[in-house]
Amino acid sequence: MEKFARLTATACPLDRTNLNTDQLIPARFLKVPRSAGLGKVLLTDLRFDADGNARPDFPLNQPAWREAKIIVGGRNFGCGSSRESAVYALYDYGIRCVIAPSFGDIFAGNAVQNGLLTAIVSDADAAELMAALTRTPELPVTIDLEQQTIVCGNRSYAFTIDPVRRQRLLEGWDDIALTESYRDRIAAFKARDRNARPWAAPAKDAQA
Amino acid sequence: MTAPQTLFDKLWAAHEVVRREDGESLLWVDRHYVHEGSFQGFGKLAERRAAVAEPGLTFGVADHYVPTRGPRRSIADPEIAGMVRQLEENTAKHHIKLFGLDDPRQGIVHVVGPEQGLTLPGLLVVCGDSHTSTHGALGAYAFGIGASEVAHVLMTQTIWQKPPKRMHITVDGRTAPGIAAKDIVLAIIAEIGADGATGHAIEYAGSAIRALSIEGRLTLCNMSIEAGGRCGVVAPDAATFAYLQGRPYAPRGAEFDRAVEAWSALSTDRDAEFDREVMLDGAAIAPIVTWGTSPEDALPIDACVPDPAREPDPARGRYLREALDYMGIAPGKKLTDIAIDRVFIGSCTNARIEDLRAAAAVLAGRTAKVPGLVSAGSTLVKHRAEEEGLDRIFRDAGLEWGESSCSMCVGINGDLVAPGERCASTTNRNFRGRQGPGARTHLMSPAMVAAAAVTGRLADVRPLLAERKP
Repeated sequence: MEKFARLTATACPLDRTNLNTDQLIPARFLKVPRSAGLGKVLLTDLRFDADGNARPDFPLNQPAWREAKIIVGGRNFGCGSSRESAVYALYDYGIRCVIAPSFGDIFAGNAVQNGLLTAIVSDADAAELMAALTRTPELPVTIDLEQQTIVCGNRSYAFTIDPVRRQRLLEGWDDIALTESYRDRIAAFKARDRNARPWAAPAKDAQA
Repeated sequence: MTAPQTLFDKLWAAHEVVRREDGESLLWVDRHYVHEGSFQGFGKLAERRAAVAEPGLTFGVADHYVPTRGPRRSIADPEIAGMVRQLEENTAKHHIKLFGLDDPRQGIVHVVGPEQGLTLPGLLVVCGDSHTSTHGALGAYAFGIGASEVAHVLMTQTIWQKPPKRMHITVDGRTAPGIAAKDIVLAIIAEIGADGATGHAIEYAGSAIRALSIEGRLTLCNMSIEAGGRCGVVAPDAATFAYLQGRPYAPRGAEFDRAVEAWSALSTDRDAEFDREVMLDGAAIAPIVTWGTSPEDALPIDACVPDPAREPDPARGRYLREALDYMGIAPGKKLTDIAIDRVFIGSCTNARIEDLRAAAAVLAGRTAKVPGLVSAGSTLVKHRAEEEGLDRIFRDAGLEWGESSCSMCVGINGDLVAPGERCASTTNRNFRGRQGPGARTHLMSPAMVAAAAVTGRLADVRPLLAERKP
């Protein structure tokens, strides 16, 4: 996983509340492996019409934002389905950070596993960022994860992120390697738990 | 004496393997359910050439891509067939028990787990599907995870978690006849919003919750995720124990008695504190339908959809306009004036035997004005319904009686609502395009879907039920 420290890029406003993972990547693409390229189907039913033509009024289709690496979204961004493909689609499109007032819990967890920063700002700051970007689309935005700041034009905003998620992104650490370092503790738990909760195991002779 | 604990605190403590200083804990996983969509997790396992740590605690169920029509073994679409085959290969390779296409116990993972007695009170249950919150109805800590976490659980049987905040949702009072668990949970989501429980573990309590059957509690907890909750849980009680006794994978005999003793301690201590308290009056809940593109866009059936022109907040006004525009509904329209094109009865939310009975009670002797599909939550539920003659009621009303699958809730097995069509549905998400590109979904209870079917529009089920009375 790529580490995240600091990023300066154009930012695309997506002013939609409850932009769920079904929008980020519709279910019909869930059988497509990531290697086939999921960036091109990011937000596909909002970006393109039924005939596959780009909708000119959709922000990501506008020239200034086509190469955006940052999205400024609305409340409850990424709610809904647990599909990690939603994060793959964003990341493979080139998005490295989503700024929003709140995120779907599972989406935010999936994001950190893949090096995508979810930066939480107040409703007022999100609205102000969107307004500034709408006025000046090419305005670069700088995100500093160490400082937890977003700089846009001459304004600076603080953002929040769970400290553990922040550390994960800064260090790009591998969960599985970390867990394996606790192998003895897991084995000890398992032995203890078998006595404490014998009923927790599935009945052995249930197989038909 | 230790400080009073919530039920959730007890579930958490029983699974904590490691607590790190930064606030994250490594938790032991008791059950891991996998389905076709878990292929990415298995892919990550293969990349590392790793083995499954606890195949005996991992169970596979074919559900998302399973056809509802035609012979199950000859899926026409090679990509869909490939998804089912991949699950068969991955589970076989790692010695994981699979309830596959040919298994009489196959069904939707969140129906099969409780039905088989695999999900028990006090367990930590995960699955790469957001509706894993369903299993909390039995008193388990159950939540959906992404592909990276699926791989982590496969390899280690553990998961890293930070303790969520605790939310206590109390629904007291006696609900009116015709009101189902779906109405209660839609009322809750309308009240707190689609992100109202974000970052929280919900415990549902109160006399209206206690009065729910286990099936009803499964519906309630299923939709916790639609309020943004990490999980939803109901403290196990006599109804829970009665439901579990004799289920194939549940403990038996003296083991069961010992389990019940342990499970009986799984409740919130008096004076335990929650981060947030929400109270609803059960007696005030009317049948509810959604009108928009989020489950929070829910109103009692006798209401009118909002009028954006009368909304003082411009951002909210824009939201309402976009939702109504997608749904093809005029501002301020009466809900009962909205005509529908089809119905769907199914999904992990509302396809258990009680749900089918509730819909059939309305449909019996009546004819649906629109086409529709019924897909039972599991093959066992389907057979049970057939024994009770419910399939005949659905067929006689003009609805299609299909096999068990996630089906038209998510549309990836090929069961789609056509673009622009309006569907009254017992499912969990009315998102844009959820049931197919351009599809318009209205969520409601099974009885309300049946009422919509026989009237051809969104309708209050209560008069239809009253006509039944002698």
